[in-house]
Amino acid sequence: MATVAEQWVLVEMVQALYEAPAYHLILEGILILWIIRLLFSKTYKLQERSDLTLKEKEELIEEWQPEPLVPPVSKDHPALNYNIVSGPPSHNIVVNGKECINFASFNFLGLLDNPRLKAAALASLKKYGVGTCGPRGFYGTFDVHLDLEDRLAKFMKTEEAIIYSYGFATIASAIPAYSKRGDIVFVDKAACFAIQKGLQASRSDIKLFNHNDMDDLERLLKEQEIEDQKNPRKARVTRRFIIVEGLYMNTGTVCPLPELVKLKYKYKARIFLEESLSFGVLGEHGRGVTEHFGINIDDIDLISANMENSLASIGGFCCGRSFVIDHQRLSGQGYCFSASLPPLLAAAAIEALNIMEENPGIFAVLKEKCKRIHKALQGLQQYVNRELPDVQAGFRKGRRTRDPIANIHWIIEKAREFQKKHLFLLY
Amino acid sequence: MADPGGGAVCNGTLHNQSASDCHRGNCWKNGVVKESQQNGNSNFYKPFVESFEEAPLHVMVFTYLGYGIGTLFGYLRDFLRNSGIEKCNAAVEREEQKDFVPLYQNFENFYTRNLYMRIRDNWNRPICSAPGAVFDVMERVTDDYNWTFRFTGRIIKDVINMGSYNFLGLAAKYDESMRTVKEVLETYGLGVGSTRQEMGTLDKHKELEDLVAKFLNVEAAMVFGMGFATNSMNIPALVGKGCLILSDELNHASLVLGARLSGATIRIFKHNNMQSLEKLLRDAVIYGQPRTRRAWKKILILVEGIYSMEGSIVRLPDIVALKKKYKAYLYIDEAHSIGSVGPTGRGVVEFFGIDPRDIDVLMGTFTKSFGAAGGYLAGRKDLVDYLRTHSHSAAYATSMSPPVAEQIIRVMKLIMGLDGTTKGLQRVQQLAKNTRYFRQRLSQMGFIVYGNEESPVVPLLLYMPAKVAAFARHLLERKIGVVVVGFPATPLAEARARFCVSAAHTREMLDTVLEALDEMGDLLDVKYSRNRKSARPELYDEMSFELED
Repeated sequence: MATVAEQWVLVEMVQALYEAPAYHLILEGILILWIIRLLFSKTYKLQERSDLTLKEKEELIEEWQPEPLVPPVSKDHPALNYNIVSGPPSHNIVVNGKECINFASFNFLGLLDNPRLKAAALASLKKYGVGTCGPRGFYGTFDVHLDLEDRLAKFMKTEEAIIYSYGFATIASAIPAYSKRGDIVFVDKAACFAIQKGLQASRSDIKLFNHNDMDDLERLLKEQEIEDQKNPRKARVTRRFIIVEGLYMNTGTVCPLPELVKLKYKYKARIFLEESLSFGVLGEHGRGVTEHFGINIDDIDLISANMENSLASIGGFCCGRSFVIDHQRLSGQGYCFSASLPPLLAAAAIEALNIMEENPGIFAVLKEKCKRIHKALQGLQQYVNRELPDVQAGFRKGRRTRDPIANIHWIIEKAREFQKKHLFLLY
Repeated sequence: MADPGGGAVCNGTLHNQSASDCHRGNCWKNGVVKESQQNGNSNFYKPFVESFEEAPLHVMVFTYLGYGIGTLFGYLRDFLRNSGIEKCNAAVEREEQKDFVPLYQNFENFYTRNLYMRIRDNWNRPICSAPGAVFDVMERVTDDYNWTFRFTGRIIKDVINMGSYNFLGLAAKYDESMRTVKEVLETYGLGVGSTRQEMGTLDKHKELEDLVAKFLNVEAAMVFGMGFATNSMNIPALVGKGCLILSDELNHASLVLGARLSGATIRIFKHNNMQSLEKLLRDAVIYGQPRTRRAWKKILILVEGIYSMEGSIVRLPDIVALKKKYKAYLYIDEAHSIGSVGPTGRGVVEFFGIDPRDIDVLMGTFTKSFGAAGGYLAGRKDLVDYLRTHSHSAAYATSMSPPVAEQIIRVMKLIMGLDGTTKGLQRVQQLAKNTRYFRQRLSQMGFIVYGNEESPVVPLLLYMPAKVAAFARHLLERKIGVVVVGFPATPLAEARARFCVSAAHTREMLDTVLEALDEMGDLLDVKYSRNRKSARPELYDEMSFELED
């Protein structure tokens, strides 16, 4: 049966061959010849692939010279001939053997050598020793830490507070915990270094606005709104943050918080406020720039500050509503992966808070003294090559000059020439 | 003679391998043959025993099953909460801000809400005494399944501490030896209020830095206020764009953050795997940067001394050989190993007998063995000078607090023997003894224990999430405090309990703990190891088992 079928097919084929038109046969013949030629021709390489031989590889390894690990540093770099302070860094400070008046340390309330703080720290040292030997999650949480968090939350009138063991790490860990890749952050151009590092770690889109310029910020926010309308789906999931400082470390000015809060509700962005310098300085009771302007503290999503300035301790804290702060307990890198604050420093911070709460008059005194120094230095404006801010948050920060004490000495000498009166920030 | 660990007393200085360098003033010759007398020189071969045993298959199946069931219930509970059937205990957004873009993605918190929240009481346990060998834990109860906690006011006293990083047992209540810390506290106060480059360099810091350099036998050192910040702020100062970082798979978050912030290209090699590292090095040197094929400016290898979750010790001799061959730079983070390994406690460099000048950057923290806080970076003088000028931490972050610096000085002098006693060295040796005993007994009992035989960090594998919770809770009832770790600090299926052996633990304490662990292991059935050694040596010491007639 099979052979018959085969034959039948063969017959059909031969018949089709006779009946096909000539051009068709010729075309097919040419195609078949072309295919046969392609099949048997040599493969055609685009470029010579250069696989290195073993010998060449060894030679490359021999030849390669890396840069030195660190470039050489000149011997008279100012940071190498640093000032050594012997003794406590209080108001009368001994620098390189010379006695000076200290205008350079961040000792705003003068608590660095307060005996009550030392006593509290001593009591804590006697009970707990020095270190905590563990991060907060693994038996590094002491009752002192919980106390301090409670007290800070009560003082700032927020729901919850969280402590970090280092001031720099506070804002640098808080920002990446909330703002991730794809989120948008509006930052002031004069933001401090810790904020910059936090932003870099967060990998978000950063939009800078001119220092304290609310119109510039509004312009950026409007542009963002227009972008959003083009792509509403994406806009529904990108978070927006505005990060400002209460008192800017680089310029000494205060941020215009009421306008910021208005912008916040208009454009639906969250505000993170960094109050390292304004905590314990501004405001009637020292609660910072929110009290200074009389703004409801719940309007600010996160307030971050460090305890190294007014509280004369070490470390930092963030405070706000539990909804916001609790997230950092699992995703704040400086909190989860680092040992907790030594209890003696926490006890000193609690005592400092006690002092702040007991005499709220010191803030008025500080304000008064700042105004006086400002007035005195205004007269020397011609000698100061930076503009002095005329808000009451006056203390001269020298980030651009690395030697604030030298600067002050020079100014005081100049002023003595002109017989101006000088009043020190003594406490 | 050549046994550095056998009770030999070093007089506070490390005898260096190269006898020709004694003009540095640190080496003491005592008129006898040098080679065989030098401590730290591992002329003899020390076996490097590390094990990462795999669990039997049924364990992995049940682990994933457990997570699966937990996830299903999580979805169910989320549904119940969203539809209002169940009361939601979590904090919520403000009314005025309800139309803002949500702060957290729902999915991000799924694990936290549904799986972590169930067993949350095993972490963040507050204590109210010094974290010594025993401590006091504050009792807390929960009325609403771990959403909120309430302190009953009672204190669980004398809980054996197997969780804190207290390797040399120096974190303790105040006693007379801490007198200098008290004095420094009273003279200097607590805070510094300024950065290193401004007014923050106290004479205490200078003293400490000189001492650290002497301790580690390097040219210079620099100290910082926080260990985490030491890594994250100094790696960007050393490498930048156009450089290559080769980092171990299981490096700590601070190293990863520092590498990311630097802007260099990061390539990861398998954990402690020298073939993987060599392949990466070869490819990097031969082929250069991707796409442009230009040579890399520098190659930096980031490793840790002891890895805290695995308990493994880095293979330092191999890495040093590789680094010399391919001209790379080595950065080693000795957070856990400084003070706890090595015959005189000088870390993993001494453990292997390697010259500290072979390592480019030695980093470590003072939190673990020294009972203080802070970190250091040590190496050649030009490296430290460069860091003093260019480190972000020196320019922008506060310096270390004076009493903390004094504590470190005191402890370092103790370990080096400069206070005239051998107490420090005894602690180091006691730690080594405790470690070996503890690990040996655990593996005899049949637990799967990861890591190197000599590392004081002992992870014991539990695998299943429910067992993790039961383990920690039961042991707290028996007054033993342990640390359990799960996802995301470890891989999903490898949850573990991590013990930190301390020199302050006595043999009785270790025996109590081991007994309790034995019972726990039988109760929870976590003795998964297939290499159970019998605890009765007389059975395998027998020469013949023939019946005696």
